[in-house]
Amino acid sequence: MSAIATPVAGERLLGRTMRGARSWLPAVGVLLLGLGLWEGLVAALNVQRFLLPPPSDIARTFWDERDALWSAGWYTFKEALGGFVIGCSAGIAVALVLARWRGLSSAIMPYAIAANAVPIIAFAPITNQWFGVLNPLSKMMIAAVLCFFPVLVNALRGLTSVHPSSIELMRSYAAGEVEIFRRVRIPNSLPFLFSALKVASVLAMIGAVVGEYFGGTQEALGVQIRNSAALFAFETAWAAILVASILGISFYLAIALLERLTMGWHPSARAAE
Amino acid sequence: MSAAVSLRKVGKTFARGEVTALQEIDLDVQPGEFISLIGPSGCGKSTLLRIVGDLIQPSSGEVVVNGKSADQARRDGDYGIVFQEAVLYDWRTVARNIALPLEMAGWDRPKRDARVKEMVELVELTGFEKRHPWELSGGMQQRVAIARALSFSPALLLMDEPFGALDEMTRERLNGELLRIWADTGCTVLFVTHSIAEAVFLSTRVVVMSPRPGRITEIIPIDLPQPRTYETREEARFFELVTQLREALHGGSEREPSLRAARAK
Repeated sequence: MSAIATPVAGERLLGRTMRGARSWLPAVGVLLLGLGLWEGLVAALNVQRFLLPPPSDIARTFWDERDALWSAGWYTFKEALGGFVIGCSAGIAVALVLARWRGLSSAIMPYAIAANAVPIIAFAPITNQWFGVLNPLSKMMIAAVLCFFPVLVNALRGLTSVHPSSIELMRSYAAGEVEIFRRVRIPNSLPFLFSALKVASVLAMIGAVVGEYFGGTQEALGVQIRNSAALFAFETAWAAILVASILGISFYLAIALLERLTMGWHPSARAAE
Repeated sequence: MSAAVSLRKVGKTFARGEVTALQEIDLDVQPGEFISLIGPSGCGKSTLLRIVGDLIQPSSGEVVVNGKSADQARRDGDYGIVFQEAVLYDWRTVARNIALPLEMAGWDRPKRDARVKEMVELVELTGFEKRHPWELSGGMQQRVAIARALSFSPALLLMDEPFGALDEMTRERLNGELLRIWADTGCTVLFVTHSIAEAVFLSTRVVVMSPRPGRITEIIPIDLPQPRTYETREEARFFELVTQLREALHGGSEREPSLRAARAK
């Protein structure tokens, strides 16, 4: 059977890639059109370069200063990643505890949900002071706090939104709490968790970059964006923003890929068939 | 031989004793019987099923399953249970859903695989082993749930309106399949249903319950010959029993005297 399955799978993969490429074409077209308009309008209307530099200038700067930009990007990305890991792990751990002891959750969740609606990024100057402006930990902490609440709220929802009969079924097999978590609650929470992790990946980049706006080392991307803008080096600022965007999108896509790999079983995977 | 299920004066109250869900339930189920519990909503038939499965604790009375306490029977894996919803796990394939209770009972891989293959054949789902639950129709999902409940060969099968969410055609087909499986395995079945025809077609005895408080009002033996087939539903005796059961169900209502009177003429 496998002898037949292999070529079929290969053919299907090729077909899927072709279809994928075709479905991407309109989006690529819009991007090229947008860049063309930007370039053309900036030249035609003679827009001042501090208002909006043309994409060709940004691209040139992006290429000429690539070493400095990417090294700054990497520095900031490490802060975002550190914050993401700290915040998400803490969010998952607290969600597991609250799912196990529901009394605790009714005492704590109102605050977690309220905190989720607070603009936590406003605390960035304060965490900078707490952990030291030049210490990357200060940026990690603001990123971690940003990641913590959505992950907590979503993971808990996933762990607890289990059909009551699922639990009865497990109890009929004489399963204890640990086994119910392992076999039902945790797998059930994965779709919720991954949507929170995707949101958190974006928040972590925002936390790190904006945290740096309030002070940090010269190696950091946020500091370079702020300083370049202050020094009228707008092409550099835009190129740095481009680096931040590329890193943010890659981070998001990496989480989305991880989601695909762990959750091939999920009904949403139907779309890929 | 001891009874498969024995209930003595079982009662259940909810809301600190203010709502009586079940009152003085006495019932003995012999091994190999197919017993249906039927009654209007709120008569406590699902509660009774869960008490037998030790998923709800009775407020009073004694529950003996396979000669032991309900708690011990549950721990020993003496029963399999099927709900109205199939309750399949989306992250497991059909085969791995069926294998779940075997994994939890510590069966090794080759033994599990062999049993899953048997069960898939029993419920006629060969070829669907690697599918995920959401790729199956409602009737197929319910067949997976039945296979899973029977995979570890429990002596007792508890079913809580397992076909209640299915269309009539699918329900009748699965009724037939369930009887074949029951005959093949020789297990005892306790079956909760809303459907009079289903109860008559499947059961060896039908337990009629009334609500507020939930009580057993009548137990009707079903003497239709085995094995039951599609023709069974067309026999005169089938319709007589359906009528008898319907009257037993409406026994407590006000319409009853006029119905009786009309029938007497």
